[in-house]
Amino acid sequence: MSYIIEGATGPWELVIGLEVHAQIISRAKLFSGASAEYGAPPNSQVSFVDAGFPGMLPVINAECVAQAVRTGLGLNAQINLVSRFDRKNYFYADLPQGYQISQFAHPIVGKGEIEILLESGETRQIGVTRLHLEQDAGKSLHDQDPALSFIDLNRAGVALMEIVSEPDMRTPEEAGAYLRKLRTIMRYLGTCDGNMEEGSMRADVNVSVRKADEEFRTRCEIKNVNSVRFVMQAIEAEARRQVAVWESGEAVQQETRLYDPARSETRSMRSKEDAHDYRYFPDPDLLPLVIEQAWVDGLASGLPELPDAKKARFMSRYGLPAYDAGVLIMEQATADFYEVLAEGRDGKIAANWMLGDFFAGLNRLGRGIGDSPVSAAALGGLLDLLADATINGRIAKDVLEAMMETGEPAAAIVESRGLRQVTDTGAIDAAVEKVLAANPDKLAEYKSGKQKLFGFFVGQVMKAMAGKGNPALVNDALKRRL
Amino acid sequence: MASAAPLDDAVVRRIARLARIRLGDEEVSRLRGELGAILGWIEQLNEVDVSGVDPLASVGQATLAMRADVVTDGDQTEAVLANAPARAGTFYTVPKVVE
Repeated sequence: MSYIIEGATGPWELVIGLEVHAQIISRAKLFSGASAEYGAPPNSQVSFVDAGFPGMLPVINAECVAQAVRTGLGLNAQINLVSRFDRKNYFYADLPQGYQISQFAHPIVGKGEIEILLESGETRQIGVTRLHLEQDAGKSLHDQDPALSFIDLNRAGVALMEIVSEPDMRTPEEAGAYLRKLRTIMRYLGTCDGNMEEGSMRADVNVSVRKADEEFRTRCEIKNVNSVRFVMQAIEAEARRQVAVWESGEAVQQETRLYDPARSETRSMRSKEDAHDYRYFPDPDLLPLVIEQAWVDGLASGLPELPDAKKARFMSRYGLPAYDAGVLIMEQATADFYEVLAEGRDGKIAANWMLGDFFAGLNRLGRGIGDSPVSAAALGGLLDLLADATINGRIAKDVLEAMMETGEPAAAIVESRGLRQVTDTGAIDAAVEKVLAANPDKLAEYKSGKQKLFGFFVGQVMKAMAGKGNPALVNDALKRRL
Repeated sequence: MASAAPLDDAVVRRIARLARIRLGDEEVSRLRGELGAILGWIEQLNEVDVSGVDPLASVGQATLAMRADVVTDGDQTEAVLANAPARAGTFYTVPKVVE
């Protein structure tokens, strides 16, 4: 799928790469024994290591290493048995050490890839360049005092994975799909909760534009975008800005920019001029990180079923099209709900109801699958009534709406509201006669050859029966009578 | 190995700025000499052919010690803030740093 910006000098293509910072799920921090839990009182989860006190030494948390390896396995990536930590030097008030311990030259995870699903139903492979371990910084609050910034070091030293993509994406949609898929994979693995609002997953976006078949042009980096939607908007805004710069005869300068969602534009962060001069060097406090292949194999055998494998199984076991399977596996809870629903039922019908009326109902209520008023078993009860012809499809939609509102089971609603499908041919014939008698003009038109009025009569008969007629029997009765 | 370009004052000032060290003019020229001598020594090391030799990470302990994922530290806010130049409640405070 192509996404092109039409400039005054012709079409421009986008080139997009993403750097995602994902907070690792662990109890303690990457190099200290302080808690990594979110939301504690300021500076209550800080060890002297995190606060950069002189003489304190970092000791690595084995579980954080395991989480990085699990994520690497989930990205079908190369796991490097030997990696190393470097110091990335910069000064900022919430970085007490004056450097971040990161992995520059030798990351723990090398090349991998992520399959993304687009609205068109197409899939694409997006390359992952690397994944490395690093420390998070503390948190600065700038809105507490007119002259001061407040610093909370609870987050300082929490383990992060930085996951860098290849510049393989060409549209905002692909970038959005990449982020969602990466989040899905990490949530399945239990390595990151992927919560962008709370900042446990953050994205830096690299954008450049070029004419067809050109080499890459200069890129800009948009820092710290905190939702999938803003990432997509920031890419559009930045690409349009770059096209305007090139077409005015100027050159795009490589720089760091910020996205302002209120104005839908990006702005230069001039203060970061020196930001790329980090003077990396190997951290003398830490030996190389050496792990055993047997340990990696053990982690691999303990992984849950991953999204792509689940998707393939849904397609083969339940006969689902790729797109439906791809949507159902996005969230583990959705996939689990579907499996309960589809068990012993027609998989395609189950998927259609779930992705159609059921999700639409949840949206109306502003709820998710986790707090749905209708359980998978209850929705299954509705599908059973449909399958054994107790109710027809039209009525089933109404019953589902009532279930969403009241939380009552389908069978109870059908009984109490008298919604059973009418299969009594006598009742159907009576309704047919009544409709024909009421519409002599239409009947005459039909007889004189206006065949498409058949649908009108079906509708009128169903209406006369309050929607409860068996559609096939109504059709038969009308055909016989006309 | 070709010899590196000699240090000029601008490079010394840039390194100092990155390290947040303020230098007077005579300090710049003195450090230019000292840093130049250090770089010269490193260049001398670069003359040794080390192809095929694994990097030596440490002469001490051979492997990185690891820690279990257990909370053993923290809950010492007053000790952590004891040397803070300025504070408000249990936050450190610094002159405003914002874009």
